[in-house]
Amino acid sequence: MKLREWFLLPARAWMAVLFAAPFAIVLAYSLMTRGDIGGIAPPWTAESYARLIDPLYLTILWRSFVMAAVATALCLLFAFPAALFISRSTSHRNLYLQLVMLPFWTSFLVRTYAWLFLLRDTGLINTLLESLGLTHAPLPLLYNDGAVLLGLVYGYLPFMVLPIYATLERLDPALVEAAADLGARPMTTVFRVIVPLSKPGIVAGSILVFIPCLGAYLTPDLLGGGRTVMVGNLVQNQFTTARDWPFGSAISMALMLIVTLLLVLFLRKESESLV
Amino acid sequence: MKRWLGVYTVGFFAFLHLPLLTLAVFSFNSSKFTRWEHFSFEWYAAIFKDPQILEGTWNSVIIAFWATILSTVIGTLCAYGLWKRGSRVLTSSLYLSLVTPEIVTGISLLALFQWAFRWLHWQLGLYTVVLAHVAFSIAYVVIVVSARLRTVSPALEEAAMDLGANEWQAFWYVTLPALAPGIVAAALLALTVSFDDYVITSMVAGVDSETLPMVIYAMARRGASPVINAISALITLIFGALILISERVREA
Repeated sequence: MKLREWFLLPARAWMAVLFAAPFAIVLAYSLMTRGDIGGIAPPWTAESYARLIDPLYLTILWRSFVMAAVATALCLLFAFPAALFISRSTSHRNLYLQLVMLPFWTSFLVRTYAWLFLLRDTGLINTLLESLGLTHAPLPLLYNDGAVLLGLVYGYLPFMVLPIYATLERLDPALVEAAADLGARPMTTVFRVIVPLSKPGIVAGSILVFIPCLGAYLTPDLLGGGRTVMVGNLVQNQFTTARDWPFGSAISMALMLIVTLLLVLFLRKESESLV
Repeated sequence: MKRWLGVYTVGFFAFLHLPLLTLAVFSFNSSKFTRWEHFSFEWYAAIFKDPQILEGTWNSVIIAFWATILSTVIGTLCAYGLWKRGSRVLTSSLYLSLVTPEIVTGISLLALFQWAFRWLHWQLGLYTVVLAHVAFSIAYVVIVVSARLRTVSPALEEAAMDLGANEWQAFWYVTLPALAPGIVAAALLALTVSFDDYVITSMVAGVDSETLPMVIYAMARRGASPVINAISALITLIFGALILISERVREA
């Protein structure tokens, strides 16, 4: 056996046993029937997939889709100007990039918890508002869709900044100058020249943000307080409280299908692959 | 225009960093509430008196240690192998493992372990967490090391082999040393994702293997507490320092 084969062996084994096999098991579970005390039992059936079309669950899928889409749009809105500024700066570019990446490297759990600390009834924002006399009762900032959106945007913002920055950095400055020479005002240049040319970065960033948002579990659980059910929470619920493994597996498979399609789209758009 | 962008970017960075900074500031507040009383280390002292937090931290350290070593070695070898000649199946499964929602990874690993344990009378424990962490960290390591490999010229190995080195020697003496900064960065990334993970860990951890994120999560679901602020500040500080050091190493 050649050296390359030996080197690939551990990764192949690990991925086969701890990624492909679990996937196959969940696929098999999704096609079985719920057992009497939870778990799974024969016979084979596609009933769990049929239940996905139940309006109750379709609503949750749709909600997750909308939440992920809105979070992605907000990330784009917030990230684009910052990425543009960083790509234009000459002296401190690396410092700025590190400032974008630093929170991403620190714990996701801690970053989500920070919003719990800020938004809760006795949290910093409500305490400040009350001591300034602006409010007399705490505003319900936590445990709603808004809090979940905020958590998602905060959590995945760096994923949007970096790809956009990467395309903006490669953008030929002469094109921007040409637009200005031909009489375009700054805003016109941004929207008619810079934004269209940075489309690859925008698409890549959007997919990178949308994918984790769609399957998010931690953020809606912690900041939504169980009231904001997204599809990730639904999966968890089916495996724990509801003890309906086949249905939980079917939802997982549906989620995987969507995520895989998005991944294929992403890899098509990316000219150079990561591996 | 440029000035407005600058002003905006200051606000952008404030949004990114102020939540963690205020969290850190209030971890030194003597009051349990969010009104500032006076400076105090009492919540930091409380961390070291809480057996659950200490045990969770210890478990997390052990898991992160093994997960980092295993995933870094496996991932580096894999990146090198793929650099020699690609493999569609392996690359696709690595990509897929990266985009699989954590909760789906968690339940499918749980399903695997429960299925296997019907024959193997083992139990969930620290080692199942390590197995799971390695499974989702390999892809990160491969991506980071591959990025570094793209800066290495294959001609160097060819030259070494023309001069009589065998395949192994060419890898060990020529390419591997050039990869060192990438491997350090990859290990650090693996360490961070392992130490931080809650969703997958909570699914595959045994009763005796609660990790620090699991302890924090349980506390956070009961509401915010100054003790969590203190742990959070410590985690942020330690990992922030690690990242900055590794950046220095990489630039050197």
